[in-house]
Amino acid sequence: MSQVTEYSEKVMDHFTNPRNMGEIENAAGVGTVGNAKCGDIMRMYLDIDESGIVREAKFKTFGCGAAVATSSMATELVKGKTVQEALEVTNKAVMEALDGLPPVKVHCSLLAEQAIHAALWDYAEKNGITIEGLKPPVNDIDETEEFYRMQGE
Amino acid sequence: MDKLIYMDNAATTRVLPEVLEAMKPYFTEDFWNPASAYKTAGETAKKIEEAREVIAKAIGAQGKEIFFTAGGSESDNWAIKGVADALKDKGNHIITTKIEHHAVLHTCEFLEKHGYEVTYLPVDENGLVSPEELEKAIKPTTILVSIMFANNEIGTIEPIKELGKIAHDHGIYFHTDAVQAFGHEKIDVNEMNIDLLSSSAHKLNGPKGIGFLYIRKGVKLSNLIHGGGQENGRRAGTTNSAGVIGYAKATEIALERMEKRSSYEKKLRDKLIDRVLAEIPYTRLNGHREQRLSNNVSFCFRFIEGESLLIMLNQKGICASSGSACTSGSLDPSHVLLAIGLPHEIAHGSVRLTLSEDTTEEDIDYIAESLKQIVDRLRSMSPLYEDFVKKHKEA
Repeated sequence: MSQVTEYSEKVMDHFTNPRNMGEIENAAGVGTVGNAKCGDIMRMYLDIDESGIVREAKFKTFGCGAAVATSSMATELVKGKTVQEALEVTNKAVMEALDGLPPVKVHCSLLAEQAIHAALWDYAEKNGITIEGLKPPVNDIDETEEFYRMQGE
Repeated sequence: MDKLIYMDNAATTRVLPEVLEAMKPYFTEDFWNPASAYKTAGETAKKIEEAREVIAKAIGAQGKEIFFTAGGSESDNWAIKGVADALKDKGNHIITTKIEHHAVLHTCEFLEKHGYEVTYLPVDENGLVSPEELEKAIKPTTILVSIMFANNEIGTIEPIKELGKIAHDHGIYFHTDAVQAFGHEKIDVNEMNIDLLSSSAHKLNGPKGIGFLYIRKGVKLSNLIHGGGQENGRRAGTTNSAGVIGYAKATEIALERMEKRSSYEKKLRDKLIDRVLAEIPYTRLNGHREQRLSNNVSFCFRFIEGESLLIMLNQKGICASSGSACTSGSLDPSHVLLAIGLPHEIAHGSVRLTLSEDTTEEDIDYIAESLKQIVDRLRSMSPLYEDFVKKHKEA
């Protein structure tokens, strides 16, 4: 676990004490990104008020230490922001806020950015609005269902 | 962190104090190059030959059939590349399995780039190689069968005697990577039809950087390390005297304690397996339930990822390892877990705990409790678990 020892203190802190972990019932926007095959899935819940401000953000993540930490930091960064500002939270911003990531873990920060976008997309769709600069999310899950059906579970 | 429980003995083991004591003089006093002509060096050379005999006896071989190397990886490389080269006029086909250590797999991949053909035998859900599959894979051009004695990740012990017999019935050399088994399991190269066997000292409380390759008398094998005439002209390089002496001492102790140690380890291993399977739902034991190394426990916990689990175990003072992609730096989880038929997502949630005779029953209880808490915590964070629970509520 060589790269684990390369985690910054901030990454370890956000992994050990993740901020905003959980669900939001009837969230304004929910987005799930990632791929179980690669070992990372992030789900982000956003509560957005009438004036378009992100009031609450929560997450659930299946993944490594960096995946949990980047999810946690991403929720922190979008809270209190307008939808447009939230869209501008980049993976670089997430990484910088965590004092960096080992090179092989950079994709986790990209996933966090995509999770924000996916939740915003869901919000836009539900409300029939268009958010400028937002692209539809990609997600694909997986082969596991079939495996457990085969095992008779 | 005051408590540290080492559960990664398949990765490496601690050098026993007796082993270290036996080695010490060879660094400072008996530091001679054993190949030198003066009398003191000759005495060191004699000690090395005695050590060779000790190791040979442990597998029912002759001293002159044991060749010291720098470790398991070199031994595997030598066995496979050496046979491939020596028998290149006879054939170019090698049979191995999908669950070998990378020292074997990557060596085979290297040979594939140089005109050799390799068959990677599948394994069943417990990691067992089927003798029928081996029989079917043999061709007139097959020159070597290489199958590991016991798997390093899931602990499954292969039916070596039977597999070796099939190779021999066809006049094909049989190599086994016994890095996880030597010193832990009873091995007899004659009874088990083994022509070539790899081992490494640091897996049995010996030092790192020393291994051996057993080469049955008469087996044709080209050299791998060229240079001086050491090891009967078969493996160049100044003999690692301290390493060899430590290896022999570790072997002696391992053999002496094998029975007692193995039954002690099995008791703890089974306790951990039984507790975890009973107390943590959606958990799978990897590897064969009975036909497994006495110190190996390997689980997959559904809905969670291995690296997160390892960090949390580490925070509780438990050292373990995982076949998760995130711990290896690649995107794919362990090739062994995929070979036993696990989907990627399940394979990502793996943890390997390998105990030793230093492990106590309290350690096992503490590990089981810790795993329960950690798996619970990680599942509470997992979107996969959330989906699973919702679906079952609806159903």
